[in-house]
Amino acid sequence: MSLLSLIFGNKPKTASVAKERLQLIIAHERNGQTSKQDFLPELQKELIAVISKYVAVNPDDIKVALEKQGNFEVLEVNIVLPEAGGPN
Amino acid sequence: MTRIVVVTSGKGGVGKTTTSASFSSGLALRGFKTAVIDFDVGLRNLDLIMGCERRVVYDLINVINGEATLSQALIKDKHCGNDNLYVLPASQTRDKDALTEEGVEKVLKELEHMGFDYIVCDSPAGIEHGAIMALTFADEALIVTNPEVSSVRDSDRILGIIQAKSRRAIAGGEPVKEHLLITRYSPKRVEDGEMLSYKDIHEILRVKIIGVVPESELVLQSSNQGAPAIHLKGSDVSDAYFDIVDRFLGKEDKPLRFVDYEKPGLLKRIFGGK
Repeated sequence: MSLLSLIFGNKPKTASVAKERLQLIIAHERNGQTSKQDFLPELQKELIAVISKYVAVNPDDIKVALEKQGNFEVLEVNIVLPEAGGPN
Repeated sequence: MTRIVVVTSGKGGVGKTTTSASFSSGLALRGFKTAVIDFDVGLRNLDLIMGCERRVVYDLINVINGEATLSQALIKDKHCGNDNLYVLPASQTRDKDALTEEGVEKVLKELEHMGFDYIVCDSPAGIEHGAIMALTFADEALIVTNPEVSSVRDSDRILGIIQAKSRRAIAGGEPVKEHLLITRYSPKRVEDGEMLSYKDIHEILRVKIIGVVPESELVLQSSNQGAPAIHLKGSDVSDAYFDIVDRFLGKEDKPLRFVDYEKPGLLKRIFGGK
């Protein structure tokens, strides 16, 4: 660093701010392009198929949802099993 | 075997046409028969940058519509000093829908039959029809990027489009070979922490860098005169573009130049301001 900046203090490094912002937004946009609408219905269908092999479930009782919580994406799979001794 | 190279960026004003002009001229100077096509229908400018605007009679759309033959529309470049480079201008007046996928494919096939080694497609800015047509048939892509946030983001977007909409992507074979080309680079501003470095950009986009062209007044001066900047022999810009052409042609290990800032001496550092 030059003498001037040593005396007057370092300038903020805007390039590193730019890099950080870009990494975040690009990671986010790349995910947005491929996921969600694309794979969710397929995932739901396959889940139903797999679970139906072992338990008789109603296709409507399997719910798949993708949610964003802060920096995380949460995949929520909710399966309601039929009551023991019920119909089926 | 003809190779089709698209020069694209997403964002406007980053140097696509400047790069198309110098890159195609460089290929021609290295001995390859090259055609450079302007895909910016309605806003043609490659002819101005190549200095052949007064010789435009027919254009790409005329050829697609069968109103002119390809050899009538191709303009021989006069700067390279050989008969290797031809310019196919865009139409200035017609609407963009005239640029059909079948029409573009027909023109590219015909250029292939004429024995061209390389076809360089100068893409318009944006991600609309013209930009898609320019990249659809590409074998390789030069992604022109400025060290600046909006340009880098748009480059990522256009990379996604190449990976989704090009013929190679749809056919599922060998993907389009991508090269990152950084222009308007200022080593001093990078050193000062004011500008994204080429390493930062590479880390973000994860595409191999084919070259870095430094910011230079000469780019404007060469466009003023209608002679691609690569012809300014001995200048940084010309050297940088020749390096890019050589790396493209296989000398991939050629080290990057014009990326390091040479620090001024101690006196200048104390008294010379910023």
